[in-house]
Amino acid sequence: MSFVEYGDTIKDGDTAIVFLGHESMFPVKVQHGTVTQTKYGVIRHSTDLIGKKYGSKVTCSKGGWVFVLHPTPELWTMNLPHRTQILYSTDISIITMMLELKPGSIVCESGTGSGSLSHALIRTVAPTGHLYTVEFHQQRAEKAREEFREHGVEHLVTVTNQDVCKNGFGVSNLADAVFLDIPSPWEAIAHAKSALKAEGGRICSFSPCIEQVQRTCLAMEEYGFTEINTLEILLRVYNVRTISLQIPDLGIAAEDNSSTGFDSSNPSHQGSPCANLQQGTVQFKSGVPLREVVGHTGYLTFATKS
Amino acid sequence: RKIIFEKQWFYLDNAIGHIYGTTFEVTNGGNLQPKQEVEETTTETKEAGTDNRNIVDDGKSQKLTHDDIKALKDKGIKGQEIVQQLIENSTTFRDKTEFAQDKYIKKKKKKYEAVITIVKPSTRILSTMYYAREPGKINHLRYDTLAQMLTLGNIHAGNKMIVMETCAGLVLGAVMERMGGYGSIIQMYPGGGPVRAATSCFGFPKPFFDNLHEFPLSKVQSLLSGTFTTETLPADAEENALVEEESNGLTEEKQTSLQETEEEPAPEAAMEINPTEEQDVMDVNSEDVEFKENKEKENKENVREKQIKQWERRKKLLEAAALLREKNADGLIVASKFHPTPLLLSLLEFVAPSRPFVVYCQYKEPLLDCYTKLRERGGVINLKLSETWLRNYQVLPDRSHPKLTMSGGGGYLLSGITVVLDKGKSDSSNSEALKMEEPSSKRCKLQDLPC
Repeated sequence: MSFVEYGDTIKDGDTAIVFLGHESMFPVKVQHGTVTQTKYGVIRHSTDLIGKKYGSKVTCSKGGWVFVLHPTPELWTMNLPHRTQILYSTDISIITMMLELKPGSIVCESGTGSGSLSHALIRTVAPTGHLYTVEFHQQRAEKAREEFREHGVEHLVTVTNQDVCKNGFGVSNLADAVFLDIPSPWEAIAHAKSALKAEGGRICSFSPCIEQVQRTCLAMEEYGFTEINTLEILLRVYNVRTISLQIPDLGIAAEDNSSTGFDSSNPSHQGSPCANLQQGTVQFKSGVPLREVVGHTGYLTFATKS
Repeated sequence: RKIIFEKQWFYLDNAIGHIYGTTFEVTNGGNLQPKQEVEETTTETKEAGTDNRNIVDDGKSQKLTHDDIKALKDKGIKGQEIVQQLIENSTTFRDKTEFAQDKYIKKKKKKYEAVITIVKPSTRILSTMYYAREPGKINHLRYDTLAQMLTLGNIHAGNKMIVMETCAGLVLGAVMERMGGYGSIIQMYPGGGPVRAATSCFGFPKPFFDNLHEFPLSKVQSLLSGTFTTETLPADAEENALVEEESNGLTEEKQTSLQETEEEPAPEAAMEINPTEEQDVMDVNSEDVEFKENKEKENKENVREKQIKQWERRKKLLEAAALLREKNADGLIVASKFHPTPLLLSLLEFVAPSRPFVVYCQYKEPLLDCYTKLRERGGVINLKLSETWLRNYQVLPDRSHPKLTMSGGGGYLLSGITVVLDKGKSDSSNSEALKMEEPSSKRCKLQDLPC
């Protein structure tokens, strides 16, 4: 397995994702002799994991079962240990497309943070591209290097421990795209420009506050970037639920014994509700929004180097 | 060749040889000339008002008439000059606020300065373009939704992907771009053959198409039940059907200059299409897709050629069938006008366990049904029904605000991960399904909530 190439069976040294149920999962480092505790019991790596096909159901010691999944950057994003606030797949998706990333692309990123976006970028530019990622925090930079090694992608990424605003990305006239997720991105625009290839390179800056965005847009204009465009993207998830609504008792008309004309054969907007007039309810399937949803992550500003 | 786009017409000849991203001006003769970087002289300190309380919109503030302007244009006066003339002949211009002046200038420039930028095609460009100009052709798949599909589906080099789309080949092209020519794709198609009009706009090099296969949906059931033969091919029926081609890119339509080439159903060894038939030209970001391949004129087929073609087609079909039969695809992408449930239930059979799949539907309800049927079938986890909202912003000093909110118009996605299908133990998967369907007010279900 690797984060950039699918494998079929679980091997010693793999990072696998243990899936227990709805939105409940965690990563596990597969190793001979080790065990992993879950609420369903113990998983013994040597017997339960190694050699099994990814996607298999694994029964734990207490009788409950889990699924073991092949890692992907998306699953990693949902399960990685946070050292900083991370970017989630919704933002990552639009960033990837708007930066026009594909196999062979050279990308620069700062800051590395917890490596959520980094893993996704590496996956997209593999096998012939490269990610140059800059992190000014020494421990985070080291942890990132370690993770990339463990995940078998170290040949696709270079982690540099420095301040991108002072020292740039370590490359010049090379990158197809640059991504900035730092407190003062306008201070790095000049370095971004020099890192980018001569013509056609794309840049993206992610900032939670509109004031940061304003400063960054000005800097981009100053440095001759074109097609400057700011957007934000939000995810709306729906839960699929079968809903039963009661039919109100409006009494009975004088002669007939039908109710108010609300008929089981009368199709409603929801498709074909299964009316159950005996019990006075109508059932239908609905996509119900979550009660609490993310309202804001950050503004994404894109531009092109002309 | 003449290109007509948004009331502009011009020839592309002079563009050849310039780098992508070059901005051109359209001269009077319809020729393109690289635009010089002109310093904006109009931004010096000039007269401006404070608000519009005294500005009356009576339509009389512009002293130049239509005829005057036309005369200027005919004289060959550059767009910039015309805008300058308009400003000078407007009685209300100097009363406008600076912001209003900016806006006015921008608007006039757009109308009178014929400036074109030629850009290299990419998923970003083509998907935003298609959504803006031909959303009906792509089932109203908005570009951010497409972006989600590519990431959720973990599309990357080396995958073996199954793609089923009726989006003019845009989704296929996007998948191909993210795979960079590595791996393989089997495109499932309805009817006689796959439509790949948009795919050719990407300008992929020929080798990208070497590992692109196609397989007719009408043969899926037979493949699944083991009764597949190559006897009746959908393509054979259309062998002598008229091939709709645009031999000339000229279009009188003002709405769009996008053309669709209905390709011959038979999967040709080399997808040779005349690239200049698909000219997607945009306003300020006009695009000219430059291809190197030229279309071969269709020769009259004699019987022998026909036979060879049929044999080749059969061979390709068998290849595709063999690939599908391995049932080890790395992912499934569906984005079509058809009801998604039957597609998913059948095509998932070809996907390996622990692989992502994503289904797009313009409407939510069919995905509700799909979700339910998938739960009944089992073999899938992490099902998620979602939609993305997109908001563009105008960021200008003292004038930053959202531009428009796009939501509800971009379609819905149902995504999930395959697992080993327990054919015998549907009980356990059902109980798990029930367990997952229980509404839980306690749990934090938010994917994106920072924890």
